Amino acid sequence: MALLEVHDLHVYYGNIEALKGVSMHAEPGQIVAILGGNGAGKTTTLRTISGLLRPRGGSITCAGKSLVGIEAHVIVGMGVSHVPEGRRIFNILTVEENLALGGYLIRSQHQLIKERKAAVFDLFPRLAERRMQLAGTLSGGEQQMLAIGRALMSDPKVLMLDEPSLGLAPMLARSVLKTVREIAKRGAAVLLVEQNARQALAIADHAYVIEVGQIVLEGGAAVLAKDERVQKAYLGGFESVAGA
Amino acid sequence: MGVFLQYTVIGLTVGSFYALVALGYTIVYGIIRLINFAQGDLSMVGAFLGWTLLVSFGFEHLPIYLALVIAFVVPMIGTAVVNLGILQFAYKPLLRRSLLAILITALGMSLLLQNAAELIWGAAIEAYPPNLLPLSGFFVGPVHVTYVQIALVTASLLLMGGLVAFVQGTTMGTAMRALAVDHDAARLMGIDVDAVIRIAFVLGAMLAAASGVMLGIYYVQIHFTMGFLLGLRAFTAAVLGGIGNIPGAMVGGLLIGLLEAYTTGYLSGTWEDVVVFGVLITVLIVKPTGLFGERVAERM
Repeated sequence: MALLEVHDLHVYYGNIEALKGVSMHAEPGQIVAILGGNGAGKTTTLRTISGLLRPRGGSITCAGKSLVGIEAHVIVGMGVSHVPEGRRIFNILTVEENLALGGYLIRSQHQLIKERKAAVFDLFPRLAERRMQLAGTLSGGEQQMLAIGRALMSDPKVLMLDEPSLGLAPMLARSVLKTVREIAKRGAAVLLVEQNARQALAIADHAYVIEVGQIVLEGGAAVLAKDERVQKAYLGGFESVAGA
Repeated sequence: MGVFLQYTVIGLTVGSFYALVALGYTIVYGIIRLINFAQGDLSMVGAFLGWTLLVSFGFEHLPIYLALVIAFVVPMIGTAVVNLGILQFAYKPLLRRSLLAILITALGMSLLLQNAAELIWGAAIEAYPPNLLPLSGFFVGPVHVTYVQIALVTASLLLMGGLVAFVQGTTMGTAMRALAVDHDAARLMGIDVDAVIRIAFVLGAMLAAASGVMLGIYYVQIHFTMGFLLGLRAFTAAVLGGIGNIPGAMVGGLLIGLLEAYTTGYLSGTWEDVVVFGVLITVLIVKPTGLFGERVAERM
């Protein structure tokens, strides 16, 4: 059984079925990309795994334990960390305070907090320079680093990233994704939702293509990158011209 | 000038009570965007619990420090339990529904507390032991300051300091501030949002109860309707400071206290409410975000 195992997930918004039987899995050290257009169900999948949405059917397990019906704040403690779309950092709190909240569940273990903070600053030295600054005053790239760093404070087994490169300059986007590779190398399973399919496939091991709530294609990232349908739907247009 | 300073001393004393109640409004609003109209009545409940202990149970005859500790701590705990009950049974089922429904429920809770208090303690005016604290004082130049005033203002400032230390200095307090920004993001940090809301209600009730006991000691007389006007004035204070903003509630409370003292002193006591609620209306029209509310996102 895989570390993260999603099976036949059905999710509704009112009467509208947003996920129609999504299944996927991820192993430690693996980057799994989820590709798809707007409204395909990528974000819904992540929000359901992290407990912000309740599925109507299907199962989700992390390290063998079911996550279905468990409160979002408890799921964090079970090793699943979710960096939501739009970063959602606490803009009125400082960088340090944001990280402290990332370690909320281990807040009484000061030594551990200190070590994990140091690890985050090691990964994102820019954050260390701005530790006392209000998060709302950071640049877009720094805010994304903070959102990821905050999620790492709970030392997740599964890290879910929703559009981490959105709104970032291409160079910054590449650097963020490179860091994602580094995080996976340290042993976490990474679930990566990305609009930038080319870059996502470049760093991912495995990928799923989701359309109107269903997985329509899956396979090794290198294989999918060469797949004609994927190239047409997600890798075409100016992307190749820009040579990203 | 001496008269002015004398009014100022009175205003700051009363204002510190308002500040405590206003903090309750502001903490709860910051987290769940609810104006908990029962806030003033929680203060009344605290005042009656304190009175029961001091007078009915005779704790006023204990050594003064012990009597005071009991008269403050027990009502603060008792009122916190009452507020948790209100949260659990009245607000929680409505939390994810319309704000209007929960606002009307809050008004209902205010009435419920008043009527419950009337049933339990009766409709008569009760009196705190008048000489619990030494009535004397001293002169600073032309201004007379009583020991009671000093004790009560000091106690208020300590409570406010404790609150600020909690909110600014602990991870739990940081979580409270985070909730003012984004509940879902807070959940994703592992923060038990319901638990933090409960803590906000406990803190709000404790501050209200403390102010109620202080009012009893200061004005001696207490009555089951005393929380109504107190609540409205404290609400005005919270709005004046910028609701959701902790320093704003403190400053707003003191300003309302001063305004009330000057109005009573220079005009007449009958103008108090006209002036105070005139301020409320003016703030709502001219600067709805209040004095400290300029950054709308920054609520606490």
